[in-house]
Amino acid sequence: MPSLKELKNRIASVKSTQKITKAKQMVAAAKLRRAQEAAEASRPYAVRMASVVANLTGAMGEGAGGPKLLSGTGNDETHLIVVMTAERGLCGGFNANTVKLARQTIGELRAVGKTVKIITVGKKGREQLGSEYGDLFVDHLDTSEARNAAAQSDLAIAFGSALNARFNGEEFDVCTLIYSRFKNVLSQIPTAQQLIPASAPEGTETTDLEGAIYQYEPSEPEILETLLPRYLNTQLLSAMLESTAGEQAASMTAMDNATRNAGDIISALTLQYNRARQAQITKELIEIISGAEAL
Amino acid sequence: MTDKLHFSLVSPAREVFAGEVDHVIAPGTEGDFGVLPKHAPFMSTLKNGVVRVLEGDKVSMRVFVRGGFADVTPDGLTILAEEAVNLADIDAGEISDRLQNARQTAQADPENTVAAERVAYLEALQGAVAN
Repeated sequence: MPSLKELKNRIASVKSTQKITKAKQMVAAAKLRRAQEAAEASRPYAVRMASVVANLTGAMGEGAGGPKLLSGTGNDETHLIVVMTAERGLCGGFNANTVKLARQTIGELRAVGKTVKIITVGKKGREQLGSEYGDLFVDHLDTSEARNAAAQSDLAIAFGSALNARFNGEEFDVCTLIYSRFKNVLSQIPTAQQLIPASAPEGTETTDLEGAIYQYEPSEPEILETLLPRYLNTQLLSAMLESTAGEQAASMTAMDNATRNAGDIISALTLQYNRARQAQITKELIEIISGAEAL
Repeated sequence: MTDKLHFSLVSPAREVFAGEVDHVIAPGTEGDFGVLPKHAPFMSTLKNGVVRVLEGDKVSMRVFVRGGFADVTPDGLTILAEEAVNLADIDAGEISDRLQNARQTAQADPENTVAAERVAYLEALQGAVAN
């Protein structure tokens, strides 16, 4: 049985932990609101962009030439996996879930003999994948400096051009992005999305043209030439924004749980402390009384 | 009931406008074009310039866009702009400050194409505000 002093110290220590988790939770809640707004504000653009790409590729038909970003290199040998995670921990299973999906994807690709290269975005993914797949890393993107939506947008554009340059340098054939989609505050869904060759996400509606034929200005290939890199950037940016929102949401939930757990521990410890104190008082009284009786 | 055109203008940062209008004039790379209700399916890239929204014969809104795409489908017109600002919300003084900054950055580093593009954009924006 721990002494009174030990119990007192433990209560104090859990209390200060609780203060920290409580503060972290409130910070995450405030950041979440901003991140969620940014993610939701960017959605209409991403959705429209996807449907424009779907319309355009639908009108072009299958396999008809087109820029390499759309039709691919014709090979399927080298896969580039972009794993997008947070820069920080303290957000529950958020990073671990994304990394789990990445591991599974990489494992499947390697099992069928494909070459895999990895680019990590965010420190946590790099740390967690490093021990197993460290030799496959080709690059890392640090997102810790990009704190607002504008900076993230610049970063996404730069990263998109870098990916494009790698693709043109024939460093890989297929690029897949793995990130956490922000569904709502309680659930973030790890998602794998193919970036190159470009594909509209499943369920994107193409507009029924009612038999009419699209006109293009300038020509169709030229439009695709400018549209596809932007589509890539847009996908990266919305993934980044969703991931940030998801991280804050996961962090808020995790910290909320931690605060509640700390509260439970404190009440259990307080109960134990009071019992121990009462036991000591009773013991002292018995000693005094039996001492008096002995006289 | 007269036909209306469903028009939506979105930028990566936000949805700038969505609603029913009569007529939209957009700055295509190969020349400005107008879109009325029931326009044939059409897609064009845009240059920096002003998108004008008309209600009847009156211009009800002018939005400056930095590049992007216009997509006309039977459902309406969608403009995807890299950046879009409503000209009614712009302060001319602020633009000239930003233009000055951008010019300095561009001069300090002539290799920087992003900065040069920035200057071109702000110059066009200033021109649009002045009109």
